[in-house]
Amino acid sequence: MKMPAPDPKTLARRGEIARAMAAIVPGEGVITDAESLRAYESDGLTAYRQSPLLVVLPQTTAQVSQILKWCGENHVRIVPRGAGTSLSGGALPLEDGILLGMARFNRVLEIDYDNRCCVVQPGVTNLAITRAVEDAGFYYAPDPSSQIACSIGGNVAENSGGVHCLKYGLTTNNVLGVELVLMTGEVVRLGGKHLDAAGYDLLGVMVGSEGLLAVVTEVTVRILPKPATLRALLLGFATVEAGGQCVADIIGAGIIPAGMEMMDRPAIHAAEAFVHVGYPLDVEALLIVELDGPEAECSHLLDAVMAIAQACGAVTARASGSEAERLAFWAGRKAAFPAVGRISPDYYCMDGTIPRRRLPEVLTRMRALSEHHGLGVANVFHAGDGNLHPLILYDANQPGQLERAEAFGADILRLCVEVGGVLTGEHGVGVEKRDLMPEMFSPVDLAHQQRLKCAFDPDLLLNPGKVFPTLHRCAELGRVHVHAGRTAFPDLPRF
Amino acid sequence: MTAPTESLKPVCDAEIAEAVIWAAEKARRIEVRGAGSKAMVGRPIGADLVLDVSALTGVVDYAPAELVLTARAGTTLAEVEALLAGARQMLAFEPMDFGPLLGGPAGAATLGGVIASNASGPRRLKDGAARDHFLGFQAVSGRGEAFKAGGKVVKNVTGYDLSKLMAGSWGTLSVLTEVTLKVLPRPQTCATLVLPGLSDAEAVRAMSLAVGSPADVSGAAHLPAGVAARAALPKALQAGSATALRLEGFGPSVAARARSLAESLATFGAAAVLDAPETQAFWAHVRDVRAFVGDERPVWRISAPPMAGPAIVAAIRAETACEAYYDWAGGLVWLAVPRAPDAWAAVVRKGGGAVGGHATLIRAPAEVRAAVAVFEPEPPALAALTRRVKASFDPLNLLGPGRLFADAP
Repeated sequence: MKMPAPDPKTLARRGEIARAMAAIVPGEGVITDAESLRAYESDGLTAYRQSPLLVVLPQTTAQVSQILKWCGENHVRIVPRGAGTSLSGGALPLEDGILLGMARFNRVLEIDYDNRCCVVQPGVTNLAITRAVEDAGFYYAPDPSSQIACSIGGNVAENSGGVHCLKYGLTTNNVLGVELVLMTGEVVRLGGKHLDAAGYDLLGVMVGSEGLLAVVTEVTVRILPKPATLRALLLGFATVEAGGQCVADIIGAGIIPAGMEMMDRPAIHAAEAFVHVGYPLDVEALLIVELDGPEAECSHLLDAVMAIAQACGAVTARASGSEAERLAFWAGRKAAFPAVGRISPDYYCMDGTIPRRRLPEVLTRMRALSEHHGLGVANVFHAGDGNLHPLILYDANQPGQLERAEAFGADILRLCVEVGGVLTGEHGVGVEKRDLMPEMFSPVDLAHQQRLKCAFDPDLLLNPGKVFPTLHRCAELGRVHVHAGRTAFPDLPRF
Repeated sequence: MTAPTESLKPVCDAEIAEAVIWAAEKARRIEVRGAGSKAMVGRPIGADLVLDVSALTGVVDYAPAELVLTARAGTTLAEVEALLAGARQMLAFEPMDFGPLLGGPAGAATLGGVIASNASGPRRLKDGAARDHFLGFQAVSGRGEAFKAGGKVVKNVTGYDLSKLMAGSWGTLSVLTEVTLKVLPRPQTCATLVLPGLSDAEAVRAMSLAVGSPADVSGAAHLPAGVAARAALPKALQAGSATALRLEGFGPSVAARARSLAESLATFGAAAVLDAPETQAFWAHVRDVRAFVGDERPVWRISAPPMAGPAIVAAIRAETACEAYYDWAGGLVWLAVPRAPDAWAAVVRKGGGAVGGHATLIRAPAEVRAAVAVFEPEPPALAALTRRVKASFDPLNLLGPGRLFADAP
């Protein structure tokens, strides 16, 4: 992985930089010893590691403002980090960059039930928001599988999803406002407790900007009333096609389930061997459909989905009769990653989205790729929204297998784009898919994105080396080519 | 300020790029126009070139089971909604029709205009705004370059979410040529509970309880007495104020939720129930601000924390004889004020600014829109960022210069 070349001047100034940071964040807010820095050398994408120049752990917006201003004036790079659970290397440090850890921003500042929102600091974990409001009958909807650990600031950076996002949206649909700090040290507030921020929707571009635009220091999220009832169905199909048809027919009947997850045969077998919840082992596709709402709605839709499944030839069709049974249906799916971890020394989790109608074809071609690369693959799939998570099985201790896994993964993502899909549904581009961006975007497309980066961070100091395959200088990107006097259209064009 | 002198009606992206490059060379100010149903919103820009995109029409791809629709930006909303209705689907953000409010015909709006204005309706409360359903696009920027962003699938985080930025940019960043939207199933049925006679303060309290309950309320509006008298309501409910709560979904679910919601709001009095046709008529009226159609008063749209709505209106009412009603459980205030050279801007903004909301002058004569800030003024650091973002897409300031703010964008 080629990262921006470290600036030797910055490396030589390490002691001075550490002193400047310690003056801003007193106490134990600056980490410089090699042993402690090792804890920050990678995030959830552990294949890549790099020790940062040093780590700073601010506690206030004023400190973040001073840090960014100092770094802007001294041309020092910054990599922001939440809980470090990114699966795309979004928080991978730079050798010459300060790692800005936001973990100490860990307070819930305000809970406003009347206006149905919560104001929190970015280091608060996703699940802690729900924990803070659940006694009053509310919850925070986006639920990435890392929700026990991942921070809301990281969720904002990555626009995190989860199994319920077809019905309840991703992070971007559930954040009302942020306070952020620009590289100049300026503090800006976007949105608030009201809907639809004023002016350009800069809040909308901050969410999912992967830490490249600004550092978020406060987040206002909307909270929702908990549904009265949850029921789930476990549906098994003899073919992927039948399972896919069932998903299409459920949506065609006007039903948007709270969650709709599919697993393929290798994933089913791995999960069942791990958690023993009674998944059928003689099916090619297993579908978990979760319904939520008032009791009357759940029972009505349960019958409707059951009838659709049977019409699609389901060979297994069970409805949860109790909360324990519903959780058992989910147990295998939720344990799918560690379950695959049991059958393979290492696995590499991919994250493309495809138009759902192309699923059978994509799985068939993925099997061919699996043979070509000589590595196994198990698939879990957010079936409702077409977000595919192939888990590539490999052994990092076998020379060449990591490289083969990466090549296999890149081929899968190219396939997703080829059938009309995208490189990443919820994990972000980071460093992992950075070099695949040209598969989806032209140089002109990418230049329009990068100029937005320049509007926020003209010296490219915030998290450089992520998302964009090539770092163009802002002055070069901003140039306007108007061929005054040499135009092909000297007169008003008439169409 | 002079009227636009030239008008171009390109039929493809390449022609639009050509037109923008031409405008760059001649330093012409461009007004991007679909049907023109919202041309009266924003500061008058005195454009000397109208770029009419209404010839970019047609649905490019629509697969109902994928919940995705792609259409050219000049396709009319009416055509798209009719197509969706045929597959029992809809645009869940319930785009409002600005036409009648601004003195134009109903049903003229284009899809590109709906996105460029981030037009949403009562269901925004539950299902989000246009920006939340806007998945991807093709456009020509102010650099005269065709580009795309986003995708054609419902879940995508690849690259910056430029769709959000284009939604609500009022044609000042790029010329949208093709848009991809998330679509959702149309509810099988609907009903509305109406609580009569509540004060504004009681009404937001009732709406907060309702929206905070598991009843899954998809519309919450309060029409004070006077506004309710002009609403699409049965005669008996027009006498005083009306607080309306909409429930949508499958039949058995709507019936069960209507019962439980009426019970939990019993302290606010007995609720009347509107059936499905009455519900549709009522909410279309609320959505399109029909209460203020046909008069000449300036109209403001205030977005605020829902519970703050009544206090904002009370503060304005203390200064002038305004008329208001509330959507989004109190968080959206539609306000009509007496005619005045500044449309009472200072009074209106004093109320909303204090609680972190924002106000937009949606309807006013051109001279008023030229004199006051139509969109909420931004603090200096944000205003500077806004200018840099504008310049990143439109460095020569060709597209709707000054439509949003007097100092450039």
